[in-house]
Amino acid sequence: MNLNHLTYFIAALVATFGFGVLYNVPTRTLFASSFAGAIGWIVYYILSFQLELDLFVGVGVAAFLVAYFSQWYARHFKMPVIVFAIPGIIPLVPGGSAYNMMRAFIEGSSEMALMYATETFLISGAIALGLSVNSGLFQVFSSQAFEKRDKRYLP
Amino acid sequence: MQKYPVADILDVCVEAGRVMLENGAETYRVEDTLYRIAKSYNLVYINVFVVPTALILTVQGEDGQDHTELLRMTDRQTNLEKVSMVNDLSRQLAQRALAPDKVKLKLTNIKNTPRNFSTLQRNLAIAFACGSFPLLFGGTYDDMLPAFIAGGLGHILFEVINDWTNVSFFAEMVASFFIGLLALLFTTSGFGDDVNIIIIGSVMSLVPGMAITNSFRDLMAGHLLAGVAVLAKAFLTAGAIGIGIAMVLTFL
Repeated sequence: MNLNHLTYFIAALVATFGFGVLYNVPTRTLFASSFAGAIGWIVYYILSFQLELDLFVGVGVAAFLVAYFSQWYARHFKMPVIVFAIPGIIPLVPGGSAYNMMRAFIEGSSEMALMYATETFLISGAIALGLSVNSGLFQVFSSQAFEKRDKRYLP
Repeated sequence: MQKYPVADILDVCVEAGRVMLENGAETYRVEDTLYRIAKSYNLVYINVFVVPTALILTVQGEDGQDHTELLRMTDRQTNLEKVSMVNDLSRQLAQRALAPDKVKLKLTNIKNTPRNFSTLQRNLAIAFACGSFPLLFGGTYDDMLPAFIAGGLGHILFEVINDWTNVSFFAEMVASFFIGLLALLFTTSGFGDDVNIIIIGSVMSLVPGMAITNSFRDLMAGHLLAGVAVLAKAFLTAGAIGIGIAMVLTFL
């Protein structure tokens, strides 16, 4: 079945919005974080399913974009980054491969299970990598953070 | 010259840390915020140590006396608005140090802020989110309504059992078992296409996505102990969901 990008965009928007409500995101930033999540998912879809790059690459770039939007919103709304990043990352979370792994284990096909386990770990790692690379870049390139560096608490 | 007793300042810091940790902030953010608050009162030799279940803060006052306070945390939930409010407060304090009792009053206000959404609104939002996940995981439009129902009811069940027993492992297990059962019932009665897609979509409300993300961020910020602790919690949750679903899948 072929769905167009707009349908996917709306589905990802609704999913992120729902999790924003669950995590009690401040009301005026709900749509901002939903938008970040939806953009991230569309980028993941285009990279990994249409251009058929590795899942790792697609998720990594998408997580980087979500984090980039979150940093930008965090400056605009003067709120911590996690308010936007945590709901935004939800559509990328490898729920599907984790489930498939569990199912394969139960059905006794350990090889398939290990394959899915690797996939789950790679995707989680890609999400974390995207987030960290982005926050690292922001610290290096933002002049304000550069001046304040010695005052920050970085143990 | 310090205007306020060190013990009062420590109380404020620990209270701020408690609000942040209880509502799901990452540990490195809590450490950073507490350090800033203590710094704004001109304390020296500030050492903060935060893990998801405890918080230790040691400072030295101007008389050279060391002061330590320890806080043990039990329950955790996610309320990002409160995290953001404490963050604002620490920014205000960095500009101008308020009297500790005033800060304490503000923290009490933050703690008593009601949630933005009622329980019904929250569960409805989660149901809609679960209803839209089947599309993202390669399902069809027919899978959306079953996932909507199963996800919403599953999350309500999770919250009820979690309130009752306070054992989130058990609550997740029962809720995912219920979700699996519902999905199986729906598909066998011809309502919905693919049982796997429906289960994945509805179970997403329980999946520890936030714990995984936070733990990796903590690990990469160098907070190994906190990162590993949160990761262990995430694995426990994933295991609970897996067991719940597994019990249903054995019926297949």
